[in-house]
Amino acid sequence: MGKFSNEELLNKLNAEFPEQLTLVGEPFGLLTLETGKDNIIAILSYLKNDAALQFIYLTDITAIHYPEQEKQIGVIYHLHSLVNNVRIRLKVFMTDGDVHMPTATELWNGANWMERETYDFFGVIFDGHPDLRRILNVDDMTAFPMRKEFPLEDPNRVDKKDYFFGR
Amino acid sequence: MQNHPVYTDNDPQNELSTLNLGPTHPATHGVFQNVLQLDGERIVSGVSTIGYIHRAFEKIAEHRPFYQITPLTDRLNYCSSPINNMGWHMTVEKLLGIEMPKRVDYLRVIVMELARISDHIVCNGVLGVDTGAFTGFLYMMEHREAIYEIYEEVCGSRLTTNIGRIGGFERNFNTIAFDKLRKFLKTFPKTLKEFESLFNRNRIFVDRTRDVAAVTAEDALSYSWSGPILRATGVDYDVRAMNPYSSYEDFEFEVPVGTNGDVYNRFLVRNEEMWQSLRIIEQALAKLEKEPTDIFHADVPDFYLPPKEEVYNNMEALIYHFKIVMGEVPTPTTEVYHSVEGANGELGFYLVNDGGRSPYRLHFRRPSFINYQMYAPMSRGMLLSDAIINMSSLNVIAGELDA
Repeated sequence: MGKFSNEELLNKLNAEFPEQLTLVGEPFGLLTLETGKDNIIAILSYLKNDAALQFIYLTDITAIHYPEQEKQIGVIYHLHSLVNNVRIRLKVFMTDGDVHMPTATELWNGANWMERETYDFFGVIFDGHPDLRRILNVDDMTAFPMRKEFPLEDPNRVDKKDYFFGR
Repeated sequence: MQNHPVYTDNDPQNELSTLNLGPTHPATHGVFQNVLQLDGERIVSGVSTIGYIHRAFEKIAEHRPFYQITPLTDRLNYCSSPINNMGWHMTVEKLLGIEMPKRVDYLRVIVMELARISDHIVCNGVLGVDTGAFTGFLYMMEHREAIYEIYEEVCGSRLTTNIGRIGGFERNFNTIAFDKLRKFLKTFPKTLKEFESLFNRNRIFVDRTRDVAAVTAEDALSYSWSGPILRATGVDYDVRAMNPYSSYEDFEFEVPVGTNGDVYNRFLVRNEEMWQSLRIIEQALAKLEKEPTDIFHADVPDFYLPPKEEVYNNMEALIYHFKIVMGEVPTPTTEVYHSVEGANGELGFYLVNDGGRSPYRLHFRRPSFINYQMYAPMSRGMLLSDAIINMSSLNVIAGELDA
């Protein structure tokens, strides 16, 4: 499909950043790597600026919550090299107590709202972000609703109690 | 972006006025709020506030089986819901490893291209309305109605279509659907031609849109733009051509690009895309002639609901029905990103599955959300009336913006 294979890409990244990347897998041909938050910006910037790789297109930033893991919150980047038509997925996991991430807004302007959305729903604080406010939820909300402990329905609702339905 | 006089402190006229454009303003076609600082008619700065119709689709999706998520995707970009529906079906099919018969692929292509046309009809028609020309909009609207009637024949509904199922279509296309489609293919090109001759070289329209809100390819890529507005800047990124899905590789079509990314270029790109969509539909109809006419879904009894009369009379169908509805079919534990070329750009579905009946995490990459964030920065220095048509030509759909 692309102009270089996932293996070549992985070898290149491992040569540039030895022992900083862990291979998660290649689900459906999309190379997925995990790294730490100290390296993420250096890796993103290398992927974007390298003359051969050219991952200039930031497809998406989002997050995921695994409450049973030690490092609960993961931030997930999807990049796309338009010239070579290769995609890559990068993940950074962090503990609940230390949800700080460096911002990618200096590399892509488009990261601004994607990071705001991630902050809004998962509470990930992107250090250095120019305008880190909630974006889709109301400003005075205190919870981060996409975390797993947040219930889908308001637990204080009384109109859906079982005894109303004879149960 | 043009220069404008900057007033100094000792100028008696240095007061800026604040304008709340939205949340409900007739010129913004949706729930968008922009608080603008105006210097006369020029915008000095603006802040976008979004989220007025946020419905927590990603959270709801974590509690629903896969097939119940389709109606949620309807309500993303409600001007072209079938593309969202099909995108979601294809994401799940990719996850489950289901191969589609060619006929289903071609039927899907027809429906998706109709959806693209209906979306572009609204966008370009409304752009005409916003620049003061109502006629074109009315001419085109008749054909959106024709498209909606085709949807009605295929799935029974018009706007929020919930069209198709995971594994194919819920029923075969009837002959009326094909008749209406052929009639549409015959009448629409004439109207589109007429529409183009009303606008393309219309002095008022061209003066009003040319060089308005021009965007360079670098800026557009940096803001992760996609879809017609990115192609208007000259970048030929189209998911259909780059990562073909649903057998798009079998079709011949061009990816139209613009030069300087202004409102006029976006208008032209959308018009040309409608011609290309028509071309694709014609090819798909020709290809359907060679396919068996009774196939409208893949053979995946584990995920495709059997017909109701079978369920009542056939033990095997009953078992499959039960397994699907109760979610007792194991699914692979993995993650998948699948994207389709929506009417506004790359519509992506990032699905993390833990083997259960509903996603562990589902994220929609919504093109409107990502395209819209440049709106406030690019409005700086623009006339208020230009900012209005700029918003129309971005074709931001509130449902997709807020998810």
